[in-house]
Amino acid sequence: MTDTTARRARHRRKRSVFPLVNAVAMILLMFVTLYPVINTVAISFNDGTDAVRGGIGLWPRQFSIKSYETIFSDEIIFNAFFITVSRTAIQTILNVVLTSMLAYALSRREYVLRKFITTVFVLTMYVNAGLIPNYLLLQRTLGLGKSFWVYIIPTMLSCFNMIITRTYILGLPDALVESARIDGAGDFYLFWKIIFPLCLPVLATVALFVAVGAWNSWFDTHLYNASKVHLHTLQYLLKMKLATTTNSANAALTSADAAASTTNTTPITIRSAITVVSAAPIVVIYPFLQRYFVVGLNVGSVKG
Amino acid sequence: MRSAYATDVTVTKNTLHIKPVSFWKRLWLQRQLALMSVPMLLYIFLFNYSPLWGWITAFMDYNPATPLFENEWVGMKNFIWLFGKPEFIRAIRNTFAMAAINLVFGFVFPILLALFLNEIRTIHFKRTVQTVTYLPHFLSWVIVVGIAQTIFSSDGAVNQLLLSLGLVKNPVFFLGEGKYFWWLVGVINLWKECGWNTIIYLAAMAAIDPALYEAAQMDGAGRFKKMFHITLPGIKSTFVVLLVMNIGYLMEAGFEIQYLMGQNVVMDWSQTIDIFALKYGITKGQYSRAIAAGIFKSLVSIALMLSANFAAKRLGEDTLL
Repeated sequence: MTDTTARRARHRRKRSVFPLVNAVAMILLMFVTLYPVINTVAISFNDGTDAVRGGIGLWPRQFSIKSYETIFSDEIIFNAFFITVSRTAIQTILNVVLTSMLAYALSRREYVLRKFITTVFVLTMYVNAGLIPNYLLLQRTLGLGKSFWVYIIPTMLSCFNMIITRTYILGLPDALVESARIDGAGDFYLFWKIIFPLCLPVLATVALFVAVGAWNSWFDTHLYNASKVHLHTLQYLLKMKLATTTNSANAALTSADAAASTTNTTPITIRSAITVVSAAPIVVIYPFLQRYFVVGLNVGSVKG
Repeated sequence: MRSAYATDVTVTKNTLHIKPVSFWKRLWLQRQLALMSVPMLLYIFLFNYSPLWGWITAFMDYNPATPLFENEWVGMKNFIWLFGKPEFIRAIRNTFAMAAINLVFGFVFPILLALFLNEIRTIHFKRTVQTVTYLPHFLSWVIVVGIAQTIFSSDGAVNQLLLSLGLVKNPVFFLGEGKYFWWLVGVINLWKECGWNTIIYLAAMAAIDPALYEAAQMDGAGRFKKMFHITLPGIKSTFVVLLVMNIGYLMEAGFEIQYLMGQNVVMDWSQTIDIFALKYGITKGQYSRAIAAGIFKSLVSIALMLSANFAAKRLGEDTLL
């Protein structure tokens, strides 16, 4: 196949301008994708008072790391970082273990409750009670508001992730399970010792999806923990900055804002610096997981 | 014999006895599997199905302070109130408009991008383009909206570009005028998800038999003929499955972007059904009305999904259900 593609490419190169046009279009696309991101990084490394003038492109005009010094010495931001890391770690571990365990059980064809439980799970993708009933359940019935657990308890399982994991397990040879079962292994042993290690590629995808979702969420903080400063997450702090800089309200949300008036930083450079810090972990990690999530997504699409 | 299967097989005196095992006995034999899944079933009932019970309050004049059934039943009053309210009608219009823009953009551009990516023969270049275009998918909406507010501000990059090209005389207030809002959401969504959405199409394209391209080549088909007659038909079933799924989610125009970007001046164009429900439910405490809005949205979603599924079946395509 590579031979024919090479031949085709050679054949084409002589009389077609398409590859060139295509390459230029792709480079333009990459520029459009990256420009806003690099621009934000450039602003975050710029001097605060100078940045207000605007017009910073891909490189800082007056280099300064003041904004970073300010946010790294801010206790509220530091605490938010800690909360974000904790919720992401706990949520990811719980999701990976519970999702794979359930996916294993629902992949066993002999299991009597298989059909019923699978249907109940798939239906959740279409049946959604809506925002307010969910809020009333968590806030009033379960009393999870104003606690760290509102980040963890409602988010332990996702149907979509369960389905891609189950499809992956169904693609593994049945003989693995059957032979171990004849040797007298129970399902917990089978799952943990045989299936779980084999699922690591798809579970890397699940972990990435869950971790990104957890890291990027702010709405649960907004809804349930807005009054609890020690439970604020990074994205929520950033959301608050967004609100202050757009509505140009004067309220100092964190001590960084108060410091901004005395040092050479302004909300726009601070906001950019928090953006960079809060996006960096994911942006650094995802290229290494690319081959996993590409496979994971396609396994999921084989059978909805 | 210990068996978790449908039958117990025993052999006595040269006779084979096959007797069906009762449901409860099988469940007992499969207790480890049950232990792995039944707690999760209960969990899903609590967090995904039990809130449906809250729907009955849409037919009440609900006040959370009084016990549920001591609230007054009001029939369809809340729904009638909703449809008499221009703000809600506008929310429906906005939801549909932005969802439709997202749907069209979300199919046309990723498929085009996948077609072009598929033509790149330099594997490293192709992978670089993919990695770069996946990046915005991993950024949170808070970050994306923050970036967009910088880029689209009156002295931002987009206005500078338009001014220097002479396309406009004065900076355009993209963020402050309602008429731009839907398209702004469409473009930002496109920037965020276009690359990511190519993944599935690229995989479908990779699965097309190369012999088809060779045969077309023999018959003298050029690059664009091959794209049109082989690649596009090759991803048709993927396209239909995704289309059916996305029509089911047509009422999900997105929530975070409108919530974060919709300032008061553009409210008439930015407010979706979800934001309407949030505003009336949580900010104003009118739970019954907010839940009625949510019910309307859920029912329309299910109806859309079922009809898309039905249409796809009539066209002879594989469907989800």
